[in-house]
Amino acid sequence: MGAATEKLPLISCGITTCEGCAMELIGRVTLDVLGPKTIILTPPSCSAIITGYGRETGWRVPAFQSNLENIAAYCSGIRVALEVQGKDDVHVVAFAGDGGTVDIGLQALSGAIEREHKFIYICYDNEAYMNTGIQRSGATPLGAWTTTTPAGKKESKKDIVAMLRAQGIPYLATASAGYIDDFRRKVERAKDVDGPVYIHVLTPCATGWRFPPKETVNIARMAVDTGLWPLYEVVDGRLKITRKVKTLKPVTDYVQCQGRFRSIFADQIAQLEKGAEKLYQELLAEEEKA
Amino acid sequence: MPQIKALDGNWAVAEGVRLAGPKVVAAYPITPQTPIVERVADFIADGSLPGARYIAVESEHSALSAVVGAALVGTRVFTATAGAGLALMHEVVGVASGNRLPIVMAVANRALPSPWSLQVDHSDSMAERDMGWIQLYAENCQEALDLVLLGYRLAEEVRLPVMLCLDGFYVSHSTEVVSVPDAKEVAAFLPAYEPGPVCLDPDCPLTINQLTSAGTFTEIKYQHKQALDQALELLPYLGEEFGTHFGRPYAPIQAENCAGADVVLVSLGSSAGTARQVAKELREKGQQVGTLKVTSFRPFPKQAVQTALKDAKSVAVIDRSWGLGSEGPLSLEVKAALYTLPKRPLVTSYVAGLGGRDLSSDTLSKVVETTMELKSQGRSEFEPIWIDVKEGEVD
Ligand SMILES: Cc1ncc(C[n+]2csc(CCOP(=O)(O)OP(=O)(O)O)c2C)c(N)n1
Ligand code: SF4
Ligand SMILES: [Mg+2]
Repeated sequence: MGAATEKLPLISCGITTCEGCAMELIGRVTLDVLGPKTIILTPPSCSAIITGYGRETGWRVPAFQSNLENIAAYCSGIRVALEVQGKDDVHVVAFAGDGGTVDIGLQALSGAIEREHKFIYICYDNEAYMNTGIQRSGATPLGAWTTTTPAGKKESKKDIVAMLRAQGIPYLATASAGYIDDFRRKVERAKDVDGPVYIHVLTPCATGWRFPPKETVNIARMAVDTGLWPLYEVVDGRLKITRKVKTLKPVTDYVQCQGRFRSIFADQIAQLEKGAEKLYQELLAEEEKA
Repeated sequence: MPQIKALDGNWAVAEGVRLAGPKVVAAYPITPQTPIVERVADFIADGSLPGARYIAVESEHSALSAVVGAALVGTRVFTATAGAGLALMHEVVGVASGNRLPIVMAVANRALPSPWSLQVDHSDSMAERDMGWIQLYAENCQEALDLVLLGYRLAEEVRLPVMLCLDGFYVSHSTEVVSVPDAKEVAAFLPAYEPGPVCLDPDCPLTINQLTSAGTFTEIKYQHKQALDQALELLPYLGEEFGTHFGRPYAPIQAENCAGADVVLVSLGSSAGTARQVAKELREKGQQVGTLKVTSFRPFPKQAVQTALKDAKSVAVIDRSWGLGSEGPLSLEVKAALYTLPKRPLVTSYVAGLGGRDLSSDTLSKVVETTMELKSQGRSEFEPIWIDVKEGEVD
C-alpha cells in the first residue's frame, strides 16, 4: 500500500448500512486503530454489508466472508499460518454479530480461545439477528420484541462475557458505541496482547430496536448509565470498571425510548433494574478486591 | 532410495503427508481415521515435518475451517476425517472448493449414522460428491500413500481440494508392504508450495468469498466446473509422471479384460482388489470376466469409462453406498457414461458391503453369477440388487 492510500479510511465511504448504524461506526474505529496490517473476517450478518456484494467491497484491508458458526476457527488457521511464515505484524480480526457469537458460533469461539490463538474478536451486539430481519438471539434482552418474540422475550440475555471470563482469556472487555474513546482505548490495548482478545460492544440498531437514527449514541450511553451494560475490562483476570456511574439511571428511561420494549411488563423492567444494580455492585466489589 | 515398510493405510497416508510437507495440519479424532492424525502429530512433534504446526481443534467443522484459513494465507495444509466428521464439515466443504483452495483431506470411509457404525461404506464421501472436490479412492495402502502425493500435485496444479478416500479398516487398518518414496524424488515430483491468487495479504488487500449476485454466481461455478474438467485432462499425465518417478503409474480408471467380457465388475476402493482376484479365478475357469476400478470418482472419467466398457456384454456395478430412493452413485455414473453409445452393454446395479460388511470374493462371485444369469436371459435388472442382504436377520 502506498502512502497516499494509507490516509484513506480503511472502510470506504457510502456503505449501505442503515442510517445511524452503530455497527458501522465500530468497524471504522476498529480499523482506524489497528491500521492496514489487518486481516478482517465477517460472518453472514450486518457486518457483511461492509464485505460487500458482487464486485464491490467496503474494505481496504484483506477480508474474508466466513460462515456464521466458524469465524473463530478460520481465525485460528489464519493466525497459525501467519506464524509459520514469520508474519508477526498482522492483526487477525473477527467482526461478528451477537447471533454469530453467543449462539451458533460459540463452540468455535470457545475452542479458539482455549487454544490461546492470537486474534481479536469483536462482537458487535445489536441484540438480535438483524440481517435476517430482527429475530431473537441469545443476546436479546428480557422483554424485547423481535419477530420471533412477538410478545416480548421471556428469557434473560445470555451472559457471554461471564462465560468467556470463566473460561479464562488474557484480555476481555465490554464497550459501547456511546463511549467511543473507551472503545478505542480497548482496541489499542488489544493490539499488544499475545493471545486471544474478546471485546463485546453494544451497538444499538435503529432499525431493529425501533428508535430514530439520531438517538443511536444516546441510547448506547443510556445502556451504560442505567447499569444494563457496564463498561469494564479484565486483564489477565483483573477487573477494572472503565466508566464509573455514581447513581444508576432508571431502566425505564432506557426502555421508554425504544419501540422494541413497547409491550414490556412492569415486573420485567423491575427485574432488569434489579439485575443491573446487582451486576454493578458485584463489579465494584470485585474491582475493589483486585 | 525408497524404503520398504510394513504400514497400514493410515500410517501410509501419514508417510505421504510427511513427504508432502504441509505447514498447517488441523484435525479432530474419529475412528477409523484417528491414527493418521496421531501419526502426523508425532511427525510434527519430532521434527520430521519441520516448521509445521498442528492445530488440535474442537470439532471437524473447525478442522476444515482452520485449514481453509491457513490455505487462505498461502500455506500447504492437511486434514483428515471420516463418517460423521465429514458430514459435520459439509458447509465448509463447499467453501474450500468454491474458494479454489488446494487442500488435501484424507477420508477413512465410514458409514454415516443411523444406525451407528464404526466401519466402512462410502455413504460419507458420496454425500459430498457434488461439492466440487476431486475425489480419489485408494485400493490399498500403497495407493493411499501415493495418492497423497499425486493429490497434492493435482490439487495445486488446478487449485482444487482433493479428498483421498480409503476404506475404513479394510485399508486404514490393514498392514501391507508399502514402498515409501525417497524425499528427494518426492521433491522432484511435487514442487514447493506456491500460494495461489486467492490470498489474504495486507500488501495486496483482496476481499474473498463475499456475496455474489445471480449475475455472476453461474459464471464462478462454471469456472469451478472447468477446473474439474482440467483436473480430468491432467490426471492421466500426472499419473504417468508419477510412474516415471516412483515406478507406479496412475490413471483415472484401471480397466482389465473388459473388451468382449461377459461381465465386467465395476467398483471403487478396496473391493477393486477382490474383484480383480475373483475375475482372475473365473477366467482361469474359462469365464470372460473383466474389471474396472474407478480411482477418480470426481471428476468422473466418463469418456474413459465408456471406452473401456463399450465392447463388454454386461456390466455389474458394485456400490458400497446406499443410494436410497434411487440406486448407488457409481451405478448412476456408469449408466450415464454408457448412455450415448448406439449399442450399450447390459448394466445391473448392486449394493453391497455396507456398514463394514465384508465385500468378499463370495459376494462378488455371486454378483458375477447373477449378472451371467440375467445376461443369458438377454436382460439386466432395472432396480438395484442388494446382493448380500440376509433374510430374517432383523425383525
Ligand atoms: C448456518 C447458517 N444458518 C443461518 C444463516 C442465516 N443467517 C444469516 S445472518 C443471520 C443472523 C446473524 O445475526 P447476528 O450474528 O446477530 O448479526 P446481525 O445480523 O445482527 O448483524 C442468520 C441467522 C446462515 N447464514 N448460516
Ligand atoms: S439493521 Fe441495525 S445493525 Fe444492521 S445495518 Fe441496520 S442499523 Fe446497522
Ligand atoms: Mg445481531
